[in-house]
Amino acid sequence: MQYIPNILFIIALAAGIGYFTKNIRKVIRNIRLGKDVDRSDNKAERFKNMAMIALGQSKMVRRPVAGILHIVVYLGFIIINLEVLEIIIDGIFGTHRIFAFLGGFYDFLIASFEILAFLVLVGVILFWIRRNVIKLKRFWNPEMKGWPKNDGNLILYFEMVLMTLFLVMNASDLQLQELGADHYVKAGAYPISQFISPLFNGMSEGSLLLVERGAWWLHILGILVFLNYLYFSKHLHILLAFPNTYYGDLKPKGEFDNLDAVTKEVMLMMDPDADPFAAPAEDQSEAEPEKFGASDVVDLNWAQLLNAYTCTECGRCTSECPANQTGKKLSPRKIMMDTRDRLKEVGDNIDKNGSFVDDGKQLLNDYITPEELWACTSCNACVEACPISISPLSIIMDMRRYLVMEQSAAPTELNNMMSNIENNGAPWPFNQMDRLNWSKE
Amino acid sequence: MSETIKVPTMAEYMAEGKKPEVLFWVGCAGSFDDRAKKITKAFVKLLHNANVDFAVLGSEESCTGDPAKRSGNEFLFQMQAVTNIEVMNAYEIKKVVTACPHCFNTLKNEYPSLGGDYEVMHHTQFLKSLLDEGRLKVEGGKFKGKRITFHDPCYLGRANNVYEAPRDLLRKLEVELIEMKRCKRNGLCCGAGGAQMFKEPEPGNKDVNIERTEDALETKPDIIAAGCPFCNTMMTDGVKSKEKEDNIEVLDVAELIANAQDL
Repeated sequence: MQYIPNILFIIALAAGIGYFTKNIRKVIRNIRLGKDVDRSDNKAERFKNMAMIALGQSKMVRRPVAGILHIVVYLGFIIINLEVLEIIIDGIFGTHRIFAFLGGFYDFLIASFEILAFLVLVGVILFWIRRNVIKLKRFWNPEMKGWPKNDGNLILYFEMVLMTLFLVMNASDLQLQELGADHYVKAGAYPISQFISPLFNGMSEGSLLLVERGAWWLHILGILVFLNYLYFSKHLHILLAFPNTYYGDLKPKGEFDNLDAVTKEVMLMMDPDADPFAAPAEDQSEAEPEKFGASDVVDLNWAQLLNAYTCTECGRCTSECPANQTGKKLSPRKIMMDTRDRLKEVGDNIDKNGSFVDDGKQLLNDYITPEELWACTSCNACVEACPISISPLSIIMDMRRYLVMEQSAAPTELNNMMSNIENNGAPWPFNQMDRLNWSKE
Repeated sequence: MSETIKVPTMAEYMAEGKKPEVLFWVGCAGSFDDRAKKITKAFVKLLHNANVDFAVLGSEESCTGDPAKRSGNEFLFQMQAVTNIEVMNAYEIKKVVTACPHCFNTLKNEYPSLGGDYEVMHHTQFLKSLLDEGRLKVEGGKFKGKRITFHDPCYLGRANNVYEAPRDLLRKLEVELIEMKRCKRNGLCCGAGGAQMFKEPEPGNKDVNIERTEDALETKPDIIAAGCPFCNTMMTDGVKSKEKEDNIEVLDVAELIANAQDL
């Protein structure tokens, strides 16, 4: 009988980690639905980017208020996880505060966890106020209605509850330590929960045990639930920010990739020795002609799909976007949210049917409209603003490519501009032979 | 305004069996747009003044393909690129300078993988190097003490991290350089990039160039300095729509330097 808590704990832990692993595998499988792109170069620079941008939060602090609050929550989250290690060991083996033998160092650890937990609580409350009371504009854009808004708040509530449980657990533990209850070794320093502890003054040992065990269990179960919530939430960024900054685009922001499929065609056209009537080579005859640009998520590359899962909808991109600021429909954040939503839909379709069965939908039109795509000035403000190296611009460009090269669906004025380039080598209808006339005017 | 400036072409150099130190890539705006032609001329005057041995492609130059690529027409872009690269490689060009950040970005970043590998400089970078080498004199002249704000072109700034060259030149003019609240990597677009120059904007509540002009006007400038013919057009239109064109000029960095010396 005495092992029932241990067994329950192991079951809960296994279930929590198991279900999370299952879903993470889905995320990885979905990301791999994207086309290949080579990001295996410059490993040193990539590690440096990951260390600076994800680990070091260097781009977060460009907005100091949100940046510093975020660092507090981020550091708290990482460091308090050391305590979770102890909780897990205690849970499995039925011990209590297994690391207490560390003595003074243990006191120091627990004290830091408490201070961090308190700072996280304050930070999260301020975040909630920014979203719901101050109502910062970027949290109230049209794409933030419904689930995205609730998701943002739910994460904050989760963190508030977890931090409170952690402090209550320590406060009641402190009382039990002072009562000299069984198992409750005198260990740890409690700079924050010592102020909560008086609330439990006069409670019986039994009630205190109930509070302490209750808080302990709810805290660890809460962590497991939160872990599994990630998959359904924008909050995956706490994990994916690392690979995403590692695999980020290292090219100058102005450099857009040259489509290889197009290069092949162009080189063939320019080759005077090419035989226009040549039959396709044996191995190519069955191959489908390559699609230009992207109309659905599977036409994007895996790095773009990783971007979509990594986006935490902070909206810095949208708040910097010149099109969005001047009232156009385009919102770079929505581009990322739509890509992720569609990718999830495609993934669920595969889960249900074994392989993808046409659902009559695609990213273009069903999620992202041409009006949004054509409003982009390709100014890279969104790319610069993203704290974790996401590029909404690259998706916009790939979708424009589909509109123009597969559907000939450019706005009329752009078609005129392009025929001018084709006919006379300038976007305006001026003769190429007149290019030097300015020197004689 | 009718004055002929000597502008040698690559073909002429070739005929004499010579090679210039740098190719001046004029660009479509610089060749055909009435406002941008003035920038082209100012830059050429500076090149002559600094005794730079340069040439242009003239009628052998064609659009780099930037607006086609940004519209999504990769095919047309690569056709343009491959044709231009063929011409430039035939002339064995090593170094290119251009007064258009869009040409600059495309030539510098998107031509190499198609076979066109050149050292490419924006004209503000090139002028800065001439200044550093002591070949070009930049003096305040009539702009001394004027309030000037510089609008960062997206394709020079964020796209290629060039922020200081134009500012260094402006400081040399002994002007009062005032930054807009959004500048350098946070600079707001003028609204012309991504082929927007060639189409009407999507429905919204404001034009981007007006938003940007308001940023500039907040600095109470005498002059708005630009480094891109398209930004120049957008900011000029913005200033006009604010009815400030009598008090505020929009000038390219090259024009400022040339005008300061009455070239």
